[in-house]
Amino acid sequence: MIRKSVCIAGLFAIVMIATLLLFAALPGSSAKTPQPAGAEVKVDNFSFGPATLTVAVGTTVTWTNRDDIPHTIVSTDKVFKSKVLDTDEKFSFTFSKAGTYPYFCSIHPKMTGSVVVQ
Amino acid sequence: MPKKNKDEILHDHNNDGVDRRGFLKCMAWAGTGALCVMEGGILKSYSLSRLGEISAKEMAGELSFVQISDSHMGFNKPANPDVAGTLKAAVDKINGLSRAPEFMLHTGDISHLSKPEEFDTVDQILKSASAKDVFFVPGEHDVLNDDGKSYLERYGKKAKGAGWYSFDKKGVHFIGLVNVMNLKAGGLGSLGHEQLEWMEDDVKHLKSSTPIVVFAHIPLWSVYPEWGWGTDDSAQALAYLKKFGSVTVLNGHIHQIMQKVEGNVTFHTAASTAFPQPQPGKAASPGPMKVPAEQLKSVLGITDVNYVQGRNALAVVDSTLA
Repeated sequence: MIRKSVCIAGLFAIVMIATLLLFAALPGSSAKTPQPAGAEVKVDNFSFGPATLTVAVGTTVTWTNRDDIPHTIVSTDKVFKSKVLDTDEKFSFTFSKAGTYPYFCSIHPKMTGSVVVQ
Repeated sequence: MPKKNKDEILHDHNNDGVDRRGFLKCMAWAGTGALCVMEGGILKSYSLSRLGEISAKEMAGELSFVQISDSHMGFNKPANPDVAGTLKAAVDKINGLSRAPEFMLHTGDISHLSKPEEFDTVDQILKSASAKDVFFVPGEHDVLNDDGKSYLERYGKKAKGAGWYSFDKKGVHFIGLVNVMNLKAGGLGSLGHEQLEWMEDDVKHLKSSTPIVVFAHIPLWSVYPEWGWGTDDSAQALAYLKKFGSVTVLNGHIHQIMQKVEGNVTFHTAASTAFPQPQPGKAASPGPMKVPAEQLKSVLGITDVNYVQGRNALAVVDSTLA
């Protein structure tokens, strides 16, 4: 009887250790593969910075209006559209499909930018 | 102040009684507060302080109105933390004019964020102006949330489409146009096909001697395309007005006074009552320009427009708030 329980406990310990090692080896918990960070676009001086932003599929892009005038972020192909952003307000969109996404400010249409999703 | 001599016609190339050089010289005076009146083809200029010398005969049949623009109610950044205060100062200026205007034109950006309370505040402040009738056209800041529906409910009940309309006052035909809707990426202001068709029809049967005043928010001439200061399809609109002997185009949007004369058309942009913007290309962007607080009122202003029946061009006089 005792031998069986020791055996089971030992087996259990091995499984636990193996599981822990497995988790340790997963990406995200290791320093070897970095997490895709959220990408930023700064809206200032009637322009988008950077004007062209290249990101990986699945990235969430956040636009922050640092200008003293309101702006909007509107996709030319109607993929996304922010409400009016006053100073310090933000808009985020997650790009789940690869492609090129040109956009502009619908209030000041000379302001144009694009997000390239690879 | 020395008495100004009458400018006689020296070069009447177009045989229409207008001396371009003299007219342009006079228009350059306008920024300093001069009044230019055409009388039988001869330009007379008066400094504002001598307005009393204009004869009663000239005053008879006169139409007088004021253009204000870009009140941006709701704006509260350093360039002007009190846009309600400067709008009130503009109303005081209007009420102080020696000849009370019959009505006012507001060439848009009434509000800053299209909020109901912003429109309410402007309406409230304008109630104390000597001119009770105000005719509006929207700026891009007035149509932000709902494709301009709330703007139309307030100011465009009798208008067509996105808010265009026309009316007549003492023989002068006024046309209010909307060029801030459906703007395309990388583009300028836009009038659109439907509005242009309406305008062609609206002026078709008017006599060519009818003075025309067109008012719209974004300039209808190419002031500075890099900053969006122009309208993509305004050439078409101006083509419909080619037959008229006197066309005055009043715009806003650029928050500074600019004037241009092209044939029979006089273009004018008004100062804002809220904040100034930089001259074309003189700054990184066309945003609000901060000036020392004590100078703010000297870069904001109103425009007084006078028409004397039988005269050719309208007299457009800008004055600052201080």
